[in-house]
Amino acid sequence: MAEPAAATSSSLKRTPLHALHVSLGGKMVPFAGYEMPVQYAPGVLKEHLHTRAAAGLFDVSHMGQVALVPKSGKVADAAAALERLVPQDIIGIPPGRQRYAQFTSAEGGILDDLMVANFGEHLVLVVNAACKEADIQLLREGLSDVCEVQPLADRALLALQGPRAAAVLTKFCADADSLRFMDAGPRMVDGLACYVSRSGYTGEDGYEISVPADKAEQLAEALLSDKDVLPIGLGARDSLRLEAGLCLYGHDIDTGTTPVEAALEWSVQKVRRTGGARAGGFPGADKILAQFDSGAARRRVGLRPEGRAPVREGATLFATADASEPVGKVTSGGFGPTLNAPVAMGYVPTALAAVDTQLFADVRGQRLPLRVAAMPFVPNTYKR
Amino acid sequence: MTTLYTSDHEWLSIEGDVATIGITDFAQAQLGDVVFVELPQVGRALKKTEAAAVVESVKAASDVYAPITGEVVEVNQAIVDEPALVNTDAGGKAWFFKLKIADRSELGGLMDEAAYKAHTA
Repeated sequence: MAEPAAATSSSLKRTPLHALHVSLGGKMVPFAGYEMPVQYAPGVLKEHLHTRAAAGLFDVSHMGQVALVPKSGKVADAAAALERLVPQDIIGIPPGRQRYAQFTSAEGGILDDLMVANFGEHLVLVVNAACKEADIQLLREGLSDVCEVQPLADRALLALQGPRAAAVLTKFCADADSLRFMDAGPRMVDGLACYVSRSGYTGEDGYEISVPADKAEQLAEALLSDKDVLPIGLGARDSLRLEAGLCLYGHDIDTGTTPVEAALEWSVQKVRRTGGARAGGFPGADKILAQFDSGAARRRVGLRPEGRAPVREGATLFATADASEPVGKVTSGGFGPTLNAPVAMGYVPTALAAVDTQLFADVRGQRLPLRVAAMPFVPNTYKR
Repeated sequence: MTTLYTSDHEWLSIEGDVATIGITDFAQAQLGDVVFVELPQVGRALKKTEAAAVVESVKAASDVYAPITGEVVEVNQAIVDEPALVNTDAGGKAWFFKLKIADRSELGGLMDEAAYKAHTA
């Protein structure tokens, strides 16, 4: 049996919860420059199902948290400045709310995807671990005339996800359940000065909690003391987000995909599109807005293999069982524990992107049938 | 009956001229929850070290190699129907396939249980 290459841990960074992961039996692996738990003793399958049935606690402290503080003192100035770098309506994010966004390149590609929250006096961004240094540089180069760019390196980030998340967090934060999906702002949690948002990366109701790094272990242990909460590793985080149809940066989206090709049109508000009051004005706007107007040649779609075999990242897609030229590629794929079936996503020509279109994937030299499927594969349970 | 092991974490149980082959408990623990198994066709002639079967967990796919040269004489449909059996009984009910041994001298290159234990220690 082929074994995965052994990981070297010498140059890897650790989150403030590293010791807790190890004490909880986490199997530590390298991820985005960090030593992170891929799973704990129950394993990916049980961790996944537990999150959908009760609640899971995830350490996402490797992600970058960055404050954009307007020099004028007016948050709208920071929001207007950030709109130079993203195709989203940032000015329109009300205080106490957050929104999904992408940094775009001059070619219309995606440099990173992120969350942007309006904290009233300033903005708080959460960006991907692998991109955070580049993102901070991009922000400093692009916005320093208007904003102080302040990496919040002294904060850890926890995610509490699942149908029991609200009941559990309410024990530590009395008004947790009064937040709606994508509400965000400072809250006291177990007596600690946290930032809480009702959001996540699993398709489940839940929260993301930014906590001072030196109190992260205390808070994680408090949340884990509830019998409904289990620690969840990166393995289940990936299978949960895949079932939820959510993109993983560097796989489903990257500098070679635009927000339109990635089927993320919903995340670009009308005010930034052609005809909107603040149309364009972000990197790659010409290409991205042209795709809004006349369509893109290819599109990210959900894929359901018809058999039991998982179809994984990198598998080539064909229009017929015997076609010689591939039409696309799988960008994420694996087994969906909640569906008890394989699931995938990938890019196909727009003409082949309609739900139920039959395609074939090359897996170990065989052409396995699959169909384009609507996403999310598992309905989300956000509390809107 | 003799049980032998490979450095790739397969076991072989030898009875007469037939070897029953599976993956070790160490291997299933490394893989995690098995969700899919693909086995070779009965009658297929396998060469030593050739990819013979596939075992997939939620996260990853791994090949199972033929530890010796031989013809596939039987495969275990039970693990195709219920892949989780590989996690619960890797050394027993979750055998993968049986080979008719082509060259007994190849068995000499395999490990006994003590050597395998040292290999995974």
